[in-house]
Amino acid sequence: MSEQKVYAIPNVQTPNMPVIINPDVCIACYKCVQICPVDVFIPNPKEGGPPIILHAEECWYCGCCANDCPTPGAMTFNWPLPLKPRWRNKETGAVGQLK
Amino acid sequence: MATWHEYLINEGQPPEWPYPIKFGQDREIETDVLVIGGGIAGCWAAISAARQGVRVALLEKGDVERSGSGGPGCDHWCNAPANPLSRVDPDEWAVRMADHPYSNGIGVQIQCRENYDTLLELEQMGGKIRDTEDEYVGAEGRDEKTKFMISPRYGVSHNLLPEPGAGEPGFNPPEKRNNVVIRVWGTTFKPALKKECKRLGVQIFDRVMGTSLLNENGVQGARIVGATGLHSRTGEFLIFRAKSVILAASGAGSMWLMSMEHGGYSNMHSRNDSGDGTAMAWRAGATLTMMERTGTIGIATGLKHKWYTGAGDASYENVPLVDANGKRLPYPIQGWEDAGAMMPAPGVQEKIRQGIMSGEYELPIYGDFPAMSDVERRATWNLMLTEESTTKIMVDTLKDGGCDLSRDQLLSYKFIEGQSLPQWRDAGRGGLLVDWNLKTTLDGLYAAGTQTFSAQDHSYCAATGRYAGRKAAAYAKEVGQGKISREQIEQEKDRVFAPTKRTSGIEWKELHNGLTRAMQYFVSEFITERLLKMGLEEIERIEAEAVPRLFALDPHKLMRSVEDLSMIEHAKIIIQAILARKASSRQLGLNRIDYPEMDPPEWNKFLTVKQENGEVKFGELPQRFYGNMKEQYEAHNKDYTGVYTPNN
Repeated sequence: MSEQKVYAIPNVQTPNMPVIINPDVCIACYKCVQICPVDVFIPNPKEGGPPIILHAEECWYCGCCANDCPTPGAMTFNWPLPLKPRWRNKETGAVGQLK
Repeated sequence: MATWHEYLINEGQPPEWPYPIKFGQDREIETDVLVIGGGIAGCWAAISAARQGVRVALLEKGDVERSGSGGPGCDHWCNAPANPLSRVDPDEWAVRMADHPYSNGIGVQIQCRENYDTLLELEQMGGKIRDTEDEYVGAEGRDEKTKFMISPRYGVSHNLLPEPGAGEPGFNPPEKRNNVVIRVWGTTFKPALKKECKRLGVQIFDRVMGTSLLNENGVQGARIVGATGLHSRTGEFLIFRAKSVILAASGAGSMWLMSMEHGGYSNMHSRNDSGDGTAMAWRAGATLTMMERTGTIGIATGLKHKWYTGAGDASYENVPLVDANGKRLPYPIQGWEDAGAMMPAPGVQEKIRQGIMSGEYELPIYGDFPAMSDVERRATWNLMLTEESTTKIMVDTLKDGGCDLSRDQLLSYKFIEGQSLPQWRDAGRGGLLVDWNLKTTLDGLYAAGTQTFSAQDHSYCAATGRYAGRKAAAYAKEVGQGKISREQIEQEKDRVFAPTKRTSGIEWKELHNGLTRAMQYFVSEFITERLLKMGLEEIERIEAEAVPRLFALDPHKLMRSVEDLSMIEHAKIIIQAILARKASSRQLGLNRIDYPEMDPPEWNKFLTVKQENGEVKFGELPQRFYGNMKEQYEAHNKDYTGVYTPNN
């Protein structure tokens, strides 16, 4: 760990990950790059790499990227911590919340 | 490795800007009809104009496939009194819908007359408007013959409050309902519209923000002969020459409030909604009206829950609200039992609050989906909420997260998230003055959707876009190209690209926040001439001191910077309009301490505002200046051919 290179970078945007991308499943078609209304993503400079989340804090959570992603499992929507919806089981009262 | 910082750590360097940089490089495009804004109104305008056989260019800040407030979806096709199940006359319904102060009877009449034709054309293009797969057989409001799914909304009246007798047996019987609102599969709409634009040969310019309108010979107030645009990925400067232009951009969503760190822009719109169209129309000399209207926003995503993620918001049709102990609240359910009432009757909200304080009701509140019948639950959850704008993702993620609404109740954030502050406001309803051709006060300039004054919802935008498209095309057929002014274009280039000349100073977010703070302090709950003038001075100081320091490191940030300039312009118009209306008004959200009388009769009129030779000029128009809606509509649409077929 002591050899880990640490860069001096500004604070990470908050929230910084509106979607979780699985690089093993993503086929780098960049449909999300094409349609995101506010241009959250850019294509990866490395050919075949997953899109890069560049303007994370501009996301307005319309969900179009994940809705229209043609590759199942490549992109999972990730609600910011303060915005995760909650529910409860009517019979047992057990509380649920998105992870 | 998907975030920027992970890329940096793994690669040892940040990614280079992935698109070619063309700051300030020009490209000229000539067309017949130019549409600015590719949302619902803009797409419909482009399609409708192209069907008249003219060349059409469409520019859109995002990508037309999903851009705009209606891009992700739409659940209600409201005010469709011409549909075959309707029990009301379209012209009579339009009069009812416009029967309140400061309504736009022109747009409402167009909506009521033509939005059913618009819907059928949408179906031709591939939009889904009927339950053709028989998924909801047995749901109330479903018609087996047409497979239309009628919504409970506006069942008895267009009132959002419960009508007398709501909730009692025999209220709102099926055989007496208005049937003017249709449930639709709106996630299919925007891709279908883009496909049709392409099929018709509309030249689409995605990722291009409109920045200015070009007046003939560069003279403010003269005919509009084109526009300029900024490509938000390359920085290229586009110059459009057009015989007519349709403004179909959005309103300004975040002039009072910006809190991105909580998630979202703290309102129900994306940042792209920055009122660029209104600002450029103002600079071109077009007349605006209702610019003094503001209101507190109930929805403050980020500072509050994301709209629709808590039960009880719009689209939660027929979902009863219960307290923590399962006790039903006297809150309307937007359902069959209350004819779609969306707001509690006066006093009910306070009664519930008192009940909470006395222990009669225990917080929190839940949406009791398990209490609903299976088919009604599915109609609300799988149709209404799945198809509404930005909510499909909520339904999908809840489902994936293990929420099953046949057994689970969804938490509602009513009461526990608190009321919005009066300083959390938006503009809205202000826009371009239009006539019965949806032409603005400038020759060659038309407006549709949210860009018109007192605009309404999705189907209003669709119907007015479709209408403006055919009117602007008819005008374009009659005239030649006008003369653009190189001087006007060069001035605009200087304005747009100034932030690229600097690498430090003030970034767009700080400028945006500076503006919101000025609006919160000086143009909110307490309105007096002194505060308004201080607000104007504050914004002029921002323009004089902060704008010259604005810097943009790439084309995207440049677009956001230019949006800030639009919002600053927009804010100044609002303040000047409020200063000119020396009266309070409930409808316009104005509580003037210095003029406390609410809606005095002498101020019961539209106030218009425009720029002439750089000076602000005010005017006024009576309520219902648009005349008899039915007669005027018919006089202006003798050649209307109804639903499009390739042969008409």
